[in-house]
Amino acid sequence: MRGYSYEAPLFLPTPEIARNQPIPELLDKRLVIVTGKGGVGKTTVAVALGLRAAGEGKRTIVCEVSSQENASRMFEHASVGFHEVEMEENLWSISIDPDESMREYVLLQLKVRAMRDMLFRSRIFNYLAAATPGLKELVTIGKIWELAQLDRKVKKGRKYDLVIVDAPATGHGVGFLQTPRTFASIARVGPIHSQAQQLDRFITDQENTGTAIVALPEEMPVNETMALERDLRDEVGVAVDRVYLNGLYPERFKKPEAEKLAQLAESEDGAAKAAARAALSEYGRAKTQRTQLGRLKRGVEAPVKTLPFLFEPELDVEAARKLAGKLG
Amino acid sequence: MASVGEVLEGKSICICAGSGGVGKTTTSAAIALGMAAQGLKVCVLTIDPAKRLADSLGLDELGNEARQVDPTLFEEQGVEMEGELWAMMLDAKATFDELIARQAPDEESRDRVLDNRIYQQISSALAGSQEYMAMEKLFELHTEGDFDLLVLDTPPTRNALDFLEAPKRLTQFIEGKSLRVFMKPTGLAAKVTGRGVSVALGVFKKLVGFDLLADLAEFFNAFSSMVDGFQARARRVNKLLADPETCFLVVCGPQGEPIDEAVYFHRKLVEAKLPFGGVVVNKVHYPADELQADVEDLPSALAEKLGDPDLAKRVAANFADYQALAERDARNIDHLAGELRTSCVIRVPYLDEDVHDLTGLSQIDRYLFATAEERVEIAAGRA
Repeated sequence: MRGYSYEAPLFLPTPEIARNQPIPELLDKRLVIVTGKGGVGKTTVAVALGLRAAGEGKRTIVCEVSSQENASRMFEHASVGFHEVEMEENLWSISIDPDESMREYVLLQLKVRAMRDMLFRSRIFNYLAAATPGLKELVTIGKIWELAQLDRKVKKGRKYDLVIVDAPATGHGVGFLQTPRTFASIARVGPIHSQAQQLDRFITDQENTGTAIVALPEEMPVNETMALERDLRDEVGVAVDRVYLNGLYPERFKKPEAEKLAQLAESEDGAAKAAARAALSEYGRAKTQRTQLGRLKRGVEAPVKTLPFLFEPELDVEAARKLAGKLG
Repeated sequence: MASVGEVLEGKSICICAGSGGVGKTTTSAAIALGMAAQGLKVCVLTIDPAKRLADSLGLDELGNEARQVDPTLFEEQGVEMEGELWAMMLDAKATFDELIARQAPDEESRDRVLDNRIYQQISSALAGSQEYMAMEKLFELHTEGDFDLLVLDTPPTRNALDFLEAPKRLTQFIEGKSLRVFMKPTGLAAKVTGRGVSVALGVFKKLVGFDLLADLAEFFNAFSSMVDGFQARARRVNKLLADPETCFLVVCGPQGEPIDEAVYFHRKLVEAKLPFGGVVVNKVHYPADELQADVEDLPSALAEKLGDPDLAKRVAANFADYQALAERDARNIDHLAGELRTSCVIRVPYLDEDVHDLTGLSQIDRYLFATAEERVEIAAGRA
């Protein structure tokens, strides 16, 4: 077939997920789930997204589910617990405790506080609740759903434009987000069955719910991010909107410069040698990171945004503010 | 003071604990490799290790049992090996199934549990079951006594407590024993035991639906014959964890948050009277302390040597950034050592390359198994 000549593209474009209508921008959704493995900076990114949305005038709440209060600590605020506490203008924070969520859920179902309290004093009820797999995670997601409702279920609930969830680390796979689906299959009848289904629809509703994965530019975290995106899609039915590659080093040095520095590191002693060595190791890491960035871009369907490594002693709210400007 | 080799002398179990993302799996593998290299028969138990690390240990086709890492691999990668390195990837579900099979009085009871939907959820998805099964496997391997040392890489728990309390979670099932009498299909027992119980069951049934309650009842019934066996075993597991031959190493990173986690975890270990051995801090930026004096005129000194003022400026800026991180790390580690009242803080530097093979692991061992003075020397590139 002469006459045809084409150049194969270096990298095949990744297929777009079939979408019938344009998907709103991440921060224009009602719920954004920030996920990823431990130690990648999920909380920092969740808070940065919160700061950005709040800065745009959206009433935003950042939810933690690990009871570690990392978000409130970033604001140097006392523990917030199971309360919606204002951190800054338009920005609130809550730590969602499963036991508190359970108490609130049961109260919403029973409507009578005395009845609820009696129930929670019952040993039988507590054992059953503890022994039912996934019930804690389900009521936690239920609370997230409740926060995202314009018609709040709790009395005098504040209306939020955006709910951001700092999701648990993915050590246990996609378990947390899968809970509603799993639960709907364990409890086949009853009100909780339809509620679990409703939560599943809520999580998988691309129109209103967005998902971002935070990753690091290293081999293992990149592999795990690719696996996580696949599992979220195949096992939970969630399409990832964005991958944030966090902690990317600047490219301060070029190859010929590195060669020059290598000579200096060999020959010199003292501060010049140490400085040359530090420059070389950053050169090496920045290069390795670009390789991982390339792998990540080829390996995931969602668009990848990079976030710079912050040379800050502590990742406090000011560090998150710096990232907020680069989230786009 | 203190290298991992000294800390683990005479120990038969080493448990590496810490929050996710601090390099626990790598540290566990490096410790196992280092101890095996010294002549011991060592097995590292790991949970879902990164693929390339697994590949490097020849672990790709492993099931739920220990396999020896091919001795020729060490020679190929220039790692000296006096002993034997074994490794296994833990399959929590399979371990749980084996445990049920062992504890069940007969096949029928076993199958009733294995087929139950509640059990299937508990064994595969319930948070804490990985932790519990990791301990269970550790106990099993220790009882069999085939190894000089077992190194356990604990699962990335959301909360340090999950791991320590895993065996206690069993009480949820044990308490279930008393539940089954209330959950007979007739509900007659409920009438006998009083209105409170029947109301509680009634509300629970209303919330979760009848069939889930029936599955729970069936699970408790099926499980009841094994409760005593499980209870006895949990006591022995707890005893093993507190044994002086067991050593807990806390693994963390040098940033504020992982350091706080390590302090918290250490406190939990002390409260539970479990034997704490030391702490390994990964990815530390080593400060070049003795060079501080020269730093002020560094840019001009560099410019002269490099003949490129712009490059010299960038090298100096990079060095200043690096030194700031090194100072932060040193401060955080001082704080950690103070909180833990231990001198056994082993720092592993932030290496230029990611670690994913035996060569990388033995690179880490140079720090883990060196004295403090040696570590500083190696990090400064003088050894």
